Amino acid sequence: MDHRIIDQQLDLLRDKLLLLGGTTEAALQRAMRSLTERDSKLAKQVLDDDKIIDQMELDIDRFSVEILALQQPAAHDLRFVISVAKITPILERIADHAGSIAKAALILNDEPQLKKYVDLSMMAENAAEMLRTALDAFTAEDATASRRIIEQDKVIDKCYKRVFDELITIMIENPSTTASAAHLLFVAKHIERIGDYVKDICELNVYLREAAFIKHSKGK
Amino acid sequence: MSKISVSDLNFFYGKAQALHDISIDILEREVIAFIGPSGCGKSTFLRTLNRMNDTIPIARVEGLVTIDGKNIYEPNTDVVSLRRKVGMVFQKSNPFPKSIFENVAYGIRINGIHKNKADLNERVERALHDSALLEEVKDRMNTSAFGLSGGQQQRLCIARALAVQPEVILMDEPASALDPSATQKIEELVVELKKQYTIVIVTHNMQQAARVSDRTAFFMLGKLVEVNPTQKMFTNPDEKLTEDYITGRFG
Repeated sequence: MDHRIIDQQLDLLRDKLLLLGGTTEAALQRAMRSLTERDSKLAKQVLDDDKIIDQMELDIDRFSVEILALQQPAAHDLRFVISVAKITPILERIADHAGSIAKAALILNDEPQLKKYVDLSMMAENAAEMLRTALDAFTAEDATASRRIIEQDKVIDKCYKRVFDELITIMIENPSTTASAAHLLFVAKHIERIGDYVKDICELNVYLREAAFIKHSKGK
Repeated sequence: MSKISVSDLNFFYGKAQALHDISIDILEREVIAFIGPSGCGKSTFLRTLNRMNDTIPIARVEGLVTIDGKNIYEPNTDVVSLRRKVGMVFQKSNPFPKSIFENVAYGIRINGIHKNKADLNERVERALHDSALLEEVKDRMNTSAFGLSGGQQQRLCIARALAVQPEVILMDEPASALDPSATQKIEELVVELKKQYTIVIVTHNMQQAARVSDRTAFFMLGKLVEVNPTQKMFTNPDEKLTEDYITGRFG
């Protein structure tokens, strides 16, 4: 039997997830641009668009439940629906972090710029690249690529530590910068968390492909 | 521990081979489900386990089937006592044209299992209790079994099988003719009976296999393709053929 009813629904579910992924990725990039280019209008746009992402999440939730209830998927089909249902809230949370970065931009853009945000931009680019490749690996069901992406999170973690130390030094040296530096610290933390979330997505990619739960396991 | 052990079993209807080199161990007090498309040999295989196929003149069996280590195809096997030990429940309930009580008492009587009338009554009640039917029929034990609903008749047949103290129960699509609520009762019963009996269940209902069985065996064209814990079978089967079947890619 070549055409199963469930195939159309799984294709649609995949499309919905990828659309959410793309929108989330764009939210992150725009949030960072709103900070580095000091564009508060763009920051507001990111915050407004978050509602669309929330709706997308609900739509995927409903559709996943519908497929589980009506199609009763098994084996790979089941793993696919479960993976989508678990990746969806992760993407939504990444978008929430993008929103928080946009909120920080709204505050920081009204203050004199503390420093060039080179490290933060690099961190965010790494995180966005990780997210993009993780979604590609999901589509291709590529467990090898997913494991590779998981390793990249270490680069973000290292960068975060560097930014953290640097910002603390700035605060100590010039206490009047504390408020701005604290906001930047939060931004760095948001990006660092996004790296962790992308890792979670990659672990689900491995589950989809291999039916193996690698979360909380050292060897991966 | 293996209750039933099958090795290199081949089965023929005349010249047509229906089962090819089946080897499988069925463990004591497990529920094992046999799934596969129509005509794949799962019911034929089920019926080799208590020699029900003996009644087909052109049937021929090769290979070894042992229950508790004893080859059931040895010439000196007492087939009647084998079938008492390995009871069977069929797709369509088939109560005798007798009262509810007599349906259950029949096997006990002909096998001479009971000591006296009181013992007979007790055994009938216990079998009806164990098949989750007693509460529904206790006030009309002497009325015809045909007055029961389809689901109740099927549970009566299970009670009839239990009454003669079997060790293994073979079920050939026991719920396929029942509505969802009667099916649920049968499934709950299967899970309950597992505590005392080894249960082999043939089903076309994949979700039923998933719900009630500890292990699932998938048959195709007379061959055993895969047997694995049910949880693995339905989330990550070893064989692509199994995956294609349980996900409805063919059937």
